[in-house]
This record gives sequence, C-alpha cells and structure tokens, in this order.
Amino acid sequence: MLWQLFKIELFKIFKRPRTFIAFGAIAVIVVLIQFALKVNGKDFVELFLDSQEDIFDVPYEKIMNGYFVCVAVLHTILIHVPLLVALIAGDMLSGEANAGTLRLLAGRPVSRTQIVLAKFFASSVYVLLLLIWMAMLALFLSMLIFGTNDLVVFKEDAIHVMNQDDVLWRFIAAFVFAALALTMIAAMAIMFSAFAENSIGPIVATVCIVVVFTIIEQLRVPVFKETIIPYSFTSHMLGWKGFFYVVTDADGNTIDGSVENPSALVRSALILLGYIVLFLFITIRYFKKKEILS
Amino acid sequence: MANYLYIAVLFLMGVDLPRGHDINETLRKVKEKYDKVDDYTATGKLKTNILFIKAPVATVKVYYKKPDRLRIKNEKGVSLIPKGTVNINPNNVLTLKDYESFDGGIEKVNGKDCRVIKIFPLDDKNDISRATLYIDETEMLVMRSVITSKENGTYELVLTYGSQKDWALPDKVNFTFNTKEFKLPKGISIDYDNGTAKDSKKEKDKKGKIEISYSSYVINKGVADSNFD
Repeated sequence: MLWQLFKIELFKIFKRPRTFIAFGAIAVIVVLIQFALKVNGKDFVELFLDSQEDIFDVPYEKIMNGYFVCVAVLHTILIHVPLLVALIAGDMLSGEANAGTLRLLAGRPVSRTQIVLAKFFASSVYVLLLLIWMAMLALFLSMLIFGTNDLVVFKEDAIHVMNQDDVLWRFIAAFVFAALALTMIAAMAIMFSAFAENSIGPIVATVCIVVVFTIIEQLRVPVFKETIIPYSFTSHMLGWKGFFYVVTDADGNTIDGSVENPSALVRSALILLGYIVLFLFITIRYFKKKEILS
Repeated sequence: MANYLYIAVLFLMGVDLPRGHDINETLRKVKEKYDKVDDYTATGKLKTNILFIKAPVATVKVYYKKPDRLRIKNEKGVSLIPKGTVNINPNNVLTLKDYESFDGGIEKVNGKDCRVIKIFPLDDKNDISRATLYIDETEMLVMRSVITSKENGTYELVLTYGSQKDWALPDKVNFTFNTKEFKLPKGISIDYDNGTAKDSKKEKDKKGKIEISYSSYVINKGVADSNFD
C-alpha cells in the first residue's frame, strides 16, 4: 500500500507546475554562473589568489576547468536549494489541508504513518532528481564547456589541489551527501506542513530557520561555536565540501583517494540522519493524533 | 731559532706559502663549465612543500635557454610554481658582469668541502642584491646558492649532481623561498569545519620548499622561444 501511495504522491508532485520552477531556476543559475566564469574566469580565480600573485605563477586557465566550475556552482547554489526543496515539501500536508483533500486521504484504508512516509519518500525522490539535474548541468555541462584538469579548492587558510583522476568519486560522494542534507530539509518542511493549514507558513518557516542557522554558522563567534554550531544542521549540511579536503604525506604532497578527517563526515551524516528521524517521528506522532477538519 | 731556520730552508727550496685564494678564477672556471650548455629540456617530478598548499607530486618540464631564461611547466595538471624558480639556474649569478666578490672560506655542503663566494652586484637595476655560492672546487660545481632578490626576498638552492654533472646539470634541486600568508575571508570560503586542528609549529614556518628530481635531459638540441611565454 505504501508503494501505491508513494506513486500517487510522486504523480501529484510532478503534476504541479511549481515543481518545475526549481528545475528551471537551477538551470538558469548554473548557466549564468558558467557564462560569467567563461567570460571573467580569471577575475574570479584572482579573488582567491590575489595575495599570492607576487610569489607564484598562477595557471589561471588550467584552474578554471569544469571541476572547479562545478565546485563554484555548488558553493553558490547549495545554500539556496533548501528554498526550492521547502517549496515542494512544505506543501505536502498543508497543501492537502488547504485544498480540502487531506480528510479524504486520511479517510482511506491506509495508516497515517504510511501517508507521512509516502509523502516523505516522494519528496526525497524530488530532492534526488533535483540533484541529478544539478549534477548534469553543473558537472557534466561544465566539463564539456571548460574541459577537465586538476581540481583546486580554496579553504580559508589553505589551497587543496587534487589529481584529475582522483576527482569524480569526490563529486559523487558530495552529491550523495548533499542529497542527505536536502532530504533533511524536506523532512523539516513536511513536519511544519503537518502543523499548518496552508503552505505559506511551512515554506517560510523552513526557509527562515535555514537562514537563521546559516547566519549563526557564518558568524563563528565563540559563544555560538561552542553551543549551537556543533549541533546546527547547517554546519553539517556543508559536509559535501569535506570530500574536497585532502590529506598530505610528510613531504606535503596530497594522497590520492584521501579525505581529511573522514570521521567528521560520518558524524555529520549521522547527525543529519538523526534530524530526519526526529522530524519524521514528530510529524508522524502529531499527524496520527491530528484532528483533520478540512 | 729552529723555526727561522725551517722557514729559510722552505724559502730556498721554492715552496709556496699559503696566500689569498683567487675566487675570480674559480668563478671563471665554474662559468666555463656551465657555458657548455646552451639550452636544455628536462623532465622531472616536482614536490611542493608549502604550509598552505596541499598539492600532488607533479610531472614537470623544465625549459632553459642561455643566458638566463628558465621556465617550469606542469603540462598535464595544475601547479603553483614559485616565480623565483628562475634562479634554479646558477647562470643568473654567473653571468653578472659588474660585481664585487669576497672569499667566505670553506664550508661543507652535502659532505663536500665547498668554497664560499659572496657576490654583490654593483648595478642598481639588477634584481639580485646579493648572492652566496658554495662551489665544489674539485668538480667546479655550484652545490648551494643563497640569492637575495629585491623583489621576492631570499631564495636558497641546494643542488645534487649525478649522471649529468659533466654538463653541470643537477639530478635534484631543493629550492627554498619566502611565502606570504594565505587567508580568505570566511564569507568567501564558507568552509566545512571537520575539526582538523591547525599545527601551531608549522604556522610559524613561512618558508616554502619545492624539490625537483630530474629523470631526463635533452641538452643543446634547441628550445623554442614559445616555451618561455
């Protein structure tokens, strides 16, 4: 029965025109970034390497390759994608309540847990398709336009260079991690959706929470660093970047296939998973007792 | 009395007593050796050891053309190559025309006794403000050099010779140079905090090091000017 419900929910998601707004928005943003980097790529790299120009010969054209562009795109848009996820997931239960179909749905011979789970899995598929679409545009299209070479990733106080043969698996891992992070956003939006009778509230609430925690994360002041940041989901959502931080040997040369502190990535993934379970638990518990009047 | 007698005997026998070493003659002989190479293309492995750069070992090509054109290229991947590497060719110092030189005595480099020669260019336009060469006088090879430039501080070079020492070309070069701190605003980098602790000891090390191990040389077969663009 869950499978049937899941298929119906998927059908509902992809029948709504607003679903495709996200795909369109991502396409427009990615193409715009690619265009900008094709025209002014050197200026963009200079933004990071300006202080080192006196010391090093910087191979700007080689740095500006498809892999670098993909990281730049992910860096720019993964912060905003939660908004696109909330747009769909925040409507899953409240949209039905608003349209008056929730009572009809709850009256069918399926458990309320199955209804919530079907909606969650359908939202997860939407997240997955969104990321596959993003990967096709940001990674594969960039590889076609800019070619491939070693990947250079800039941290606050370090430059990580990775062999081009050691890069593709990192992108796959990063996209899988991003899928987990965005699924967590979907779970949160569905939770808010269960409490509301129209979609605006859950969508705005989800986006506001992401914005607030992102600001706290960016402030990095000790009072937040020791209290909120270790548990803030926005800190762990950045985990996709961890796959692009490499380990070096004693001579300072990077080790292919290595990731800096992989246990931190596992911890972040588990925390995100924990949030998903928590949000789903709250949603199911509340929705099971909810008096559905519309 | 015996000492005076000993000196008198040596004088009569025509034995040379120690006198000032002719460092200009040494420099001339070293230059003569380096002058045998008009150009070369070399292939090698470049290892980067700079505090803020984590880079893989790169395969590089080194192009040289007399008197002082040198370019290191990573033809396949991305490498940040220090601009000062142009000084890995001692000809930069040996071709100086107007300079003063001083004998700095003998010091050991890699277990070999080397003549220390300090060179001060007199031309104000020259980027090199001072250079110290450590020369193995038995082979007439520069084993180590410390060059202070006006633009980029001090470079140190240690050269290890092997199969190409007759051409005065090294098998391995260790190049040490000054670096600048690398720091991006947090808002630009938006890092993932994976809890990796910073090494406070390393933090103070502002010197960068690169090592080039040469695997092959093509000598005096011509090098296109386009390689230096």
